[in-house]
Amino acid sequence: MVAENIRVLVAKPGLDGHDRGAKVVARALRDAGMEVIYTGLRQTPEMIAEAALQEDVDVIGLSILSGAHMALVPRILELVKANGQNDVKLFLGGIIPDEDIAPLKEMGVTGVYGPGASTEDIVADIRAIKEKTA
Amino acid sequence: MSLSQAVLNQDRLALSRLLTRVENDSEEGRAALNELFPHTGKAHLIGVTGAPGTGKSTLVNQLALHYRKAEKRVAIVAVDPSSPFTGGAVLGDRVRMRDLYGDKGVFIRSMASRGSLGGLAQTTAAVVQVFDAAGFDVILIETVGAGQAEVDVARLAHTTLVVEAPGLGDDIQAIKAGILEIADVLVINKADRPGVENTERALRGMLELAHPTRRVFQHHGQRMVVDAPPKAEEQQPIWVPEIKRVTAKDGIGIAELGETIARHVAFLRAGGEWAARERAQLQATFDALVQEKLFSQFLAKLSPEGYDALISKIVARERSPWEALEEVIQ
Repeated sequence: MVAENIRVLVAKPGLDGHDRGAKVVARALRDAGMEVIYTGLRQTPEMIAEAALQEDVDVIGLSILSGAHMALVPRILELVKANGQNDVKLFLGGIIPDEDIAPLKEMGVTGVYGPGASTEDIVADIRAIKEKTA
Repeated sequence: MSLSQAVLNQDRLALSRLLTRVENDSEEGRAALNELFPHTGKAHLIGVTGAPGTGKSTLVNQLALHYRKAEKRVAIVAVDPSSPFTGGAVLGDRVRMRDLYGDKGVFIRSMASRGSLGGLAQTTAAVVQVFDAAGFDVILIETVGAGQAEVDVARLAHTTLVVEAPGLGDDIQAIKAGILEIADVLVINKADRPGVENTERALRGMLELAHPTRRVFQHHGQRMVVDAPPKAEEQQPIWVPEIKRVTAKDGIGIAELGETIARHVAFLRAGGEWAARERAQLQATFDALVQEKLFSQFLAKLSPEGYDALISKIVARERSPWEALEEVIQ
């Protein structure tokens, strides 16, 4: 079973203190049979990259509500690549203005999920990504 | 360069990737374990177990900081439960370990229990061997939130800490068999909370009542019972579990706990108990492999239909499981 060993890091970079969305996603991925490493609030990009390295995750999911995504996302992608994890994919949830979605995807973000997004879509997208890289 | 060679050269990405292969029990993982095995046997393995919410992760965080002060390299293997229904897991132990971030002398790896019931995952012992070969001096093994019977960690670790907190259970809980018995050190965390005296009294009472007059142990996979005490001249000095109060969130009592752990190591080394524990642990690993292999060989000989038919006979009460066993072994 492919889904069995998908490892996902769910992290909340930045300073906003609202992690309800991240927990909902973590729980949904768990219910889809994935192993979710949950790191909690107020993570720096360096902490996230370090956790991704130690846990050898396939996917990183970030929740950002602060509006700092255009600064945080490229930094995290850069650090993860610098660690040699070129295959790790990154998706994003939270409050992301529509006009930022295209540039984020250009950076390599595989999906952007705003309020009202279905957790089933997130699960399906992660499975599709994993199948492609497997 | 092979993955195992890179791990020996302290390449962190290679280490992480190998841990995944070992956790998944892949061919490549097993091959690497063969190469790494001669380099194992140096680390001090410390097991940390206890009920959910007693503060195991916070304590592990503090112990890691304690050993980092002595410049020891520290690996943490933190096990959390997998869902029995979906196989998924949320591994949340890192949340309490953020103090350790940015220190290359610490490596934290979360593991899902993947259906295993003894408090660890099936491959936790192998993951620990990889860390051992990679040159980590201290390996902290945190079990799933344990109830009463999750005692596997005591077979793996040299030193087992059982974490308690005030307000959990009364003195009848303390005389039951199981998790309290495996403690080399009983840690009462959250010692700033009311009720800590009662908890300590109950645990102390349990220790004072302990006069084990016989030991049950596994020998060649058989449960053996040996009556004790042995003759006076054969008697070894025994380790009496110590009780330590800590407040892990503030780092209070950690240095003293560290001293107790060091005394335990000295005791194990002096009495030959270290070697005995290592032997028992490796034997358990080997026995588990033999069982697994023999079972898969047995399944390979039986057709899937034959196997299903046999199970159906048992379900229909035409054969007892013991009769069915005799039938297939013949």
